[in-house]
Amino acid sequence: MSDPLEADNVIEARGLLKLYGSTRAVDSIDLSIRKGEIFGLLGPNGAGKTTTILMMLGLTETSGGSVDVLGFNPVRQPLEVKRRVGYLPDAVGFYDHLTARENLVYIARLLDIPRRETDGRIMEALSAVQLAEVADKRVATFSRGMRQRLGIAEIVMKKAEVAILDEPTSGLDPHATFELLEMIRGLKKSGVAVLLSSHLLDRVQSVCDRVALFNKGKIALMGSVVELANQVLGAGHPILIEATGTDVPAALKGIEGVQQVLPDGAGIWRVVADRDIRAAAAQRIVSAGGSLTRLAELQPSLEEVYTRYFEEARRAA
Amino acid sequence: MLRNQGRREGSPFTGVGPVFVKELSDHLSSTRMLVLTLFVIVFGALPVGFTLQTLREVTQSDQYLFLRIFTVSPQQVPISFIAALTFMIPLMAIGLGFDAVNSEFNRRTLSRVLSQPIYRDALLLGKFLGGLATLAVALTALFLIVFGAGLLLLGLPPRGPEVVRGVAFLIVAIAYGGVWLAVAMLFSVIFRSTATSALCSLGLWLFFFLLWPMIAQAITTGFMPAQFRSVDEVLSLEQFSSALQRLSPGTLFGEAVLGLLQPETKAFGDFANLVMAQTRGMIPGTPLPFDQSLLLIWPQITGLIAGMIVVFSIAYIVFQREEVRA
Ligand SMILES: Nc1ncnc2c1ncn2[C@@H]1O[C@H](COP(=O)(O)OP(=O)(O)OP(=O)(O)O)[C@@H](O)[C@H]1O
Ligand SMILES: [Mg+2]
Repeated sequence: MSDPLEADNVIEARGLLKLYGSTRAVDSIDLSIRKGEIFGLLGPNGAGKTTTILMMLGLTETSGGSVDVLGFNPVRQPLEVKRRVGYLPDAVGFYDHLTARENLVYIARLLDIPRRETDGRIMEALSAVQLAEVADKRVATFSRGMRQRLGIAEIVMKKAEVAILDEPTSGLDPHATFELLEMIRGLKKSGVAVLLSSHLLDRVQSVCDRVALFNKGKIALMGSVVELANQVLGAGHPILIEATGTDVPAALKGIEGVQQVLPDGAGIWRVVADRDIRAAAAQRIVSAGGSLTRLAELQPSLEEVYTRYFEEARRAA
Repeated sequence: MLRNQGRREGSPFTGVGPVFVKELSDHLSSTRMLVLTLFVIVFGALPVGFTLQTLREVTQSDQYLFLRIFTVSPQQVPISFIAALTFMIPLMAIGLGFDAVNSEFNRRTLSRVLSQPIYRDALLLGKFLGGLATLAVALTALFLIVFGAGLLLLGLPPRGPEVVRGVAFLIVAIAYGGVWLAVAMLFSVIFRSTATSALCSLGLWLFFFLLWPMIAQAITTGFMPAQFRSVDEVLSLEQFSSALQRLSPGTLFGEAVLGLLQPETKAFGDFANLVMAQTRGMIPGTPLPFDQSLLLIWPQITGLIAGMIVVFSIAYIVFQREEVRA
């Protein structure tokens, strides 16, 4: 038996393990997702994200450890878990010969939603994802983005407390991705905790409160994007300098706190310092006779964290 | 692997109803069902039409004239209506079941459906019952058409006992379809490709119809002594042969139907009939009452139902172990 959930966690995994033969697809991970947050699972292909998700839903057996979802054990009480958790699988499919509404009616029947509520809840959900006009069109005519939105509508109709989305943005164009992320924010706003996995790092960065970086079945890093950046890229303030007419590295030498000055293209340098050195840097460059065209603080990017982390992991191996 | 971390909770039947209703309505509105129905009507109408012609020329009084529509082989085509059904019911069942599970998988709807509060048992059972109900609807329609045609062309209504036997026949036919539906669904669980699963079901069907009688014959011949020394020896060899043949659901169905629709049937096998007539003083040609006929074919009926349950259970076990992800 697993321990009861901590007060504001909706999902809690402890030592969760999945073996396929001798490969450890998910290797004793500890993970907790809090009420009302958006949590991102990131990692390269085959890192174990989907396997983790399937175990949380009781759709695949665990090989060890424990999971708790909303106080229920997905292994023993899968029905209770699945009543309360919405799931959007990667490459979601619908019955093509049925309309959007009919597809949702089937799910409503499976969920045992009272018949007089069904219509209202379906239309409400379809409106929330802007599919109300095509409610009676067959799903065969839907684009990939519309299908993905229909999947979200299903979760809205279900009134799920937790939404688990596996690669919700894969295969979507930038605009559709943007719209989908807006809908995910909408879920959060209505109090749903969201767990999503994705490859689109910069997009994920914009919606996730916290992320976990998977590598070979293990969680390599976990925390908010800023925390991860500090961990991987080093604490401090990365800035970008664009200047001409002077030797920038020489000019910056001697400013207190500068750790690294790396060229990043013609006349562009990337500087890492342990404090904000923008004012001092500007002064030095100008007084050295250079003309400063750009001086920007760099937001830590998840993409960078991700690339750097895996570079280092490879080098270490 | 750590299995069985305690008993799972909740009824395994949660959700059977909605799946059943959806499958039934999908089947009934599908083009495939239309094709299958046309197929059955064409193949069924031929023997029935010719049989009715033959029967109209028969003038002697026959207590069970109505049931002869099903059993008599007309002169023009050497196949009776029930022989055609023995052949066609499996085809219908396979047509309804060969892509039951793998099509959900290929459309990627399986993981979405299984993430709703429903166990896999319920999904499989709902699909099976949906298919069975579809079969029942089609067979009942066919049955009524044949009865109607008989009514019109023979110009006399069926008697009570004939109706009872007819209804019993319908039930046996549905059970027979159930066996093949379970087989088709088993293959649909095992193979991800719908073409492979259709091919395997059809292969098994051909095996039982074409090869198995020959194989059973060959095995029986192998056991035949050089010379029979007693009546018992002949009888036991015939029983052995029957037992082999009965491994085929088609044989079970054929015998059950013969017992129901040809009330004179008192045993299966030529020699057994002869022995029955001589030792028990039963006169060939006199009909048995319904309950006696039912008693005679009880093993065949239970055989069909047991087969259906066994194959379905295997499908269930295989499905339970399957990964849902694409
Ligand atoms: N049915 C299976 N049998 C054996 N190994 C499997 C099976 N399913 C997954 N794996 C292995 O488990 C590991 C984790 O797979 P998983 O699908 O969870 O990765 P993922 O992080 O979701 O990857 P992706 O980004 O490609 O979706 C992989 O190495 C994969 O090869
Ligand atoms: Mg995956």
